[in-house]
Amino acid sequence: MTTAERAARRATHGGVTSPARRSARAPADAALLLIGACFVLPLLWLVFASLDTKAGYQTQLPASASLTNFAAVLTPELLIIPLWNSLLLSGGTATVTLVAAVLAAYPLSRFQSRFNRPFLYSILCGTCLPVTAIMVPVYGLFVQLRLLDSMPATVLFLAATALPMAIWMTKNFMDAVPVSLEEAAWVDGASGLTALRTVVLPLMRQGLGVVFIFVFIQTWGNFFVPFVLLLSPSKQPASVSIFSFFGQHGAIAYGQLAAFSVLYSVPVLVLYVLVARGSAGSFALSGAMKG
Amino acid sequence: MVARKSVRQQLRLLPVVPSVLLMLLFLAAPVLWSFHASFTNAALTGRNARNPAWTGLDNYSRLLSDAAFPASVVLTMVFVVASAIVGQNLLGLLIAGLMTRARKSVSTLVGTAVVAAWVLPEIVAAFAAYAYFSNDGTLNQLLGGAGLAGADWLYAFPMVAVVLANTWRGTAFSMLVYRAALADVPRDISEAALMDGAAGWQRLVFITLPLIRSSIATNLMLVTLQTLAVFTLIWVMTAGGPSNASTTLPVLAYQEAFKFGDIGYGTAIASVLIVLGLVFGIAYVRLLKGDRR
Repeated sequence: MTTAERAARRATHGGVTSPARRSARAPADAALLLIGACFVLPLLWLVFASLDTKAGYQTQLPASASLTNFAAVLTPELLIIPLWNSLLLSGGTATVTLVAAVLAAYPLSRFQSRFNRPFLYSILCGTCLPVTAIMVPVYGLFVQLRLLDSMPATVLFLAATALPMAIWMTKNFMDAVPVSLEEAAWVDGASGLTALRTVVLPLMRQGLGVVFIFVFIQTWGNFFVPFVLLLSPSKQPASVSIFSFFGQHGAIAYGQLAAFSVLYSVPVLVLYVLVARGSAGSFALSGAMKG
Repeated sequence: MVARKSVRQQLRLLPVVPSVLLMLLFLAAPVLWSFHASFTNAALTGRNARNPAWTGLDNYSRLLSDAAFPASVVLTMVFVVASAIVGQNLLGLLIAGLMTRARKSVSTLVGTAVVAAWVLPEIVAAFAAYAYFSNDGTLNQLLGGAGLAGADWLYAFPMVAVVLANTWRGTAFSMLVYRAALADVPRDISEAALMDGAAGWQRLVFITLPLIRSSIATNLMLVTLQTLAVFTLIWVMTAGGPSNASTTLPVLAYQEAFKFGDIGYGTAIASVLIVLGLVFGIAYVRLLKGDRR
């Protein structure tokens, strides 16, 4: 295409598409804003009620906004211990998952073997296993093995459920690290695992962060698994302890429930923003091949 | 020499062992145990808890004769079709499509709102949805403001409430999938069609949708699986009630096993769900394999 042709093409484009685009823009904006409003509405209640000492299920601006509800839930039993348990569960699960996934992904990514494809496809199948469906048998298994109400066992189970997806993600991130960088380390006499630690992992830091946070967010929000497997209140995470705001006789502390929900949700919202921002920078890797 | 080489090759697979052990013990074993227990009268407490007896196909024949199970299968299908295949999938596609035309600031703002409902802990989302649909909740407030009569949604129309809530909760996933897919559609093609005078819907049906069909298939599969497993949302909003009017299969399995203590029957329902999940899983793997070819 000559320059003139290109210019002509750009001109016709300008003539035809631009006004069409502009006229299509306003209705699209309006429709999107309407949809967005529908999505925000159920969340508004949480924010308003958390600031309202006389909150009910209605969404209304609090007569006088106060932080009383937040102060009320800020006790060790109501907030600190449950959040600490959530942190232990999520941090433990994400750590176990990440270590196991990195170890598993390395041979899958670097060495050809007859075992690779069937293994990868069966764990892909594993990602499709409905976890809620296996909770009844898992409960039975935990009773038989006397693992009920054990934090470490719950962490291992949560890690197992997160592993199929984590191995796939980690392997994809690892595939993006060029083998040529490692070969230099092998020539220098480094073993496979040393090369993994010193060459590959530092280069896929960002990917590792994404996998860790992905598993962390998932576990932090998980209700059903700790609800079934952890019994004593001192071990229950925030997702389960939230029921303490439902009184014995149906009296619900709406304001405190909302304040607790807000405090419990903020960490994952922050982590999500971190990942969503960071994933734009994963092209940094390709720079390592130059020079 | 050959033997040594194969030993070395097998040693290379050693790092996979921790993952394999974890998944065998905590995923494969429960699945197998579920199939086994579904042929027994295992119970949560009492004599049958210690020494469950083999009862053959009793639990499965009970599934067919018990009115609750077929009703629950129908409710699960309604839930999946209405909230995943129609709700999340179509709404996600619509939002992603609108985003290609709308101003960037509007797209970012609305995208954040949609994603927020998805990133929130599931129990918080469930409470927010419960408050929204409850008798003196926000929805009835809005309807009242518009001069319309509200309803006690959670009791009168529990399925409508949980379907809408699950659509609200999960649409972000489909939106993200379709945003990525639409971003890959070459602009030239749809603009060429525009020049040829194709109307908006013609471009969508004949050009855009065929180009992103593999994303559509993948997305349909994944949202179906996720929705099939939804428990918390329904359990918090309606607890499967009133009188089983919103009891999907996961809720039914939970009730039978933990509320009524019948582990054998509960695992039979769980086994049906697991098989459903595996069927979808195998279909999904086939789809991806076909894609690579």
